[in-house]
Amino acid sequence: MAGKRLKTAYDFTWRNMEVGNIVTEAGNASLRRTGDWRTDRPILDKEKCNKCGLCWLYCPDGAVELLEDGYYEPDLYYCKGCGICADVCKREAIIMIQEEEI
Amino acid sequence: MSRRVALEGSHAVAEAVRMANVDVIASYPITPQTHIPERLAEMVANGELDAEYIPVESEHSAMSACVGAAAVGARAFNTTSGQGLELMHEVLYVASSMRYPTVMAICNRGLSAPLSVWADHSDAMAVRDTGWIQVFCQNNQEVFDMTLWAFRVGEDPRVLFPVMVYLDGFTLSHVIEPVNLPQQEEVDRFLPKLQYRFALNPDNPMTHGAFGPPDIYTEAKIAQEVAFRKSKEVLLQGWKEFGDIFGRYYYPVELYKAENAKTLLVLQGSLSETAKLVVDKRRESGEPVGLIYLRLWRPFPLHEFRQAVKDVDTLIIFDRCISFGGPGGPVCSEIRSALYDMERRPKVVGFVGGLGGRDVSVGDFEHVIDRGREVAKKGSEEIFETVGVRGEVVGIRG
Repeated sequence: MAGKRLKTAYDFTWRNMEVGNIVTEAGNASLRRTGDWRTDRPILDKEKCNKCGLCWLYCPDGAVELLEDGYYEPDLYYCKGCGICADVCKREAIIMIQEEEI
Repeated sequence: MSRRVALEGSHAVAEAVRMANVDVIASYPITPQTHIPERLAEMVANGELDAEYIPVESEHSAMSACVGAAAVGARAFNTTSGQGLELMHEVLYVASSMRYPTVMAICNRGLSAPLSVWADHSDAMAVRDTGWIQVFCQNNQEVFDMTLWAFRVGEDPRVLFPVMVYLDGFTLSHVIEPVNLPQQEEVDRFLPKLQYRFALNPDNPMTHGAFGPPDIYTEAKIAQEVAFRKSKEVLLQGWKEFGDIFGRYYYPVELYKAENAKTLLVLQGSLSETAKLVVDKRRESGEPVGLIYLRLWRPFPLHEFRQAVKDVDTLIIFDRCISFGGPGGPVCSEIRSALYDMERRPKVVGFVGGLGGRDVSVGDFEHVIDRGREVAKKGSEEIFETVGVRGEVVGIRG
């Protein structure tokens, strides 16, 4: 999706919407900054993390990325702050902090 | 050449669905519609129809399965009655708003309570605004013809809306009448293969049913409304093409002995055939009485209706449904509203009758005409008139 401009509702009038509001361009959700409604942010403590990857496996939005150093990190552009990663982490290496406290 | 066979309305539907060569049938049996899925299941089991019959656990699932089938470009058919139509209500909006051209036959039935399985239009009126194209049938030939037509027009790329075909429960669904069945070759000429260009396919992924936040929902709804109203042109063209192939021509607003009529009865469904007998009698005695058969219910044929009534003094509108606490029966209220902007408009008198399968006889329609004309002249305190009710009806007031 790189290089594509994110279309918003204001690119459409009732005249140029697709029949049945079908989105013919698949996968364009990756263009959308779904992380902006997050209230809690996951914070990783690398001291506790043993790189098991459970957070990556369980993230329902695929928002956890594998870094070059082997650690996993939430991509805050997409992370909605659900807290599943923190919940499944056996070593309690992820804690959820309210955005306004950061 | 067509062949003339004796068919009950349910089997006329099944024959049309077979000849339309549907891909998927998903339906839950309910009286009085039961013979339709029963016959279709038999056709599939016997190999007379190469379709997938999905035995669903409810009407909600039946409609959902048809939505899914339509999404992959399959020709899908569903059928129900009364309570079943109510149960699938939310999915009806999904089908029309996502523009899936599925077809459903509805054997009209009164709604509980008290529990009724008999003919009444309450079920149809409750789904009036769901965005489906809706037509009412008078007899079993129309039942066959409208079912075929429904696939043809609904699937037209300029339309892409689902279609409901209404036939009165028992009065049509279980009554055997002669029906002309066409040759398969004629049907194939009228009804080409469905080519839905947004069919879901892993090779060409796309999103159906995305959510619509407040900044786009209104645009989506206006687009749907304009497309729905515009579809009327194609519906009329579909009837013209139907007539050219099969020899029977249909119109959204059908006039019966309406020439120079001063009083017109307005009906939907099979009761019109009884009312026509009374119109015949009145015409024979020189009374200027005629009838309007309102076949196309949605999109409402506003222009055609206004044209049909522009020189008439009195319209007597017969509703087979009550709109509880409303300004009249559902058909009557709509027609009153439709005529309001005309410079010269007829008096409108509403009747409610034939509820829950109550017979409306020739004698009842004699009363409807006489009393209707009296109310048109003198007025009445009641918002609508009734026919065939035991006990004097008072208290239907605003």
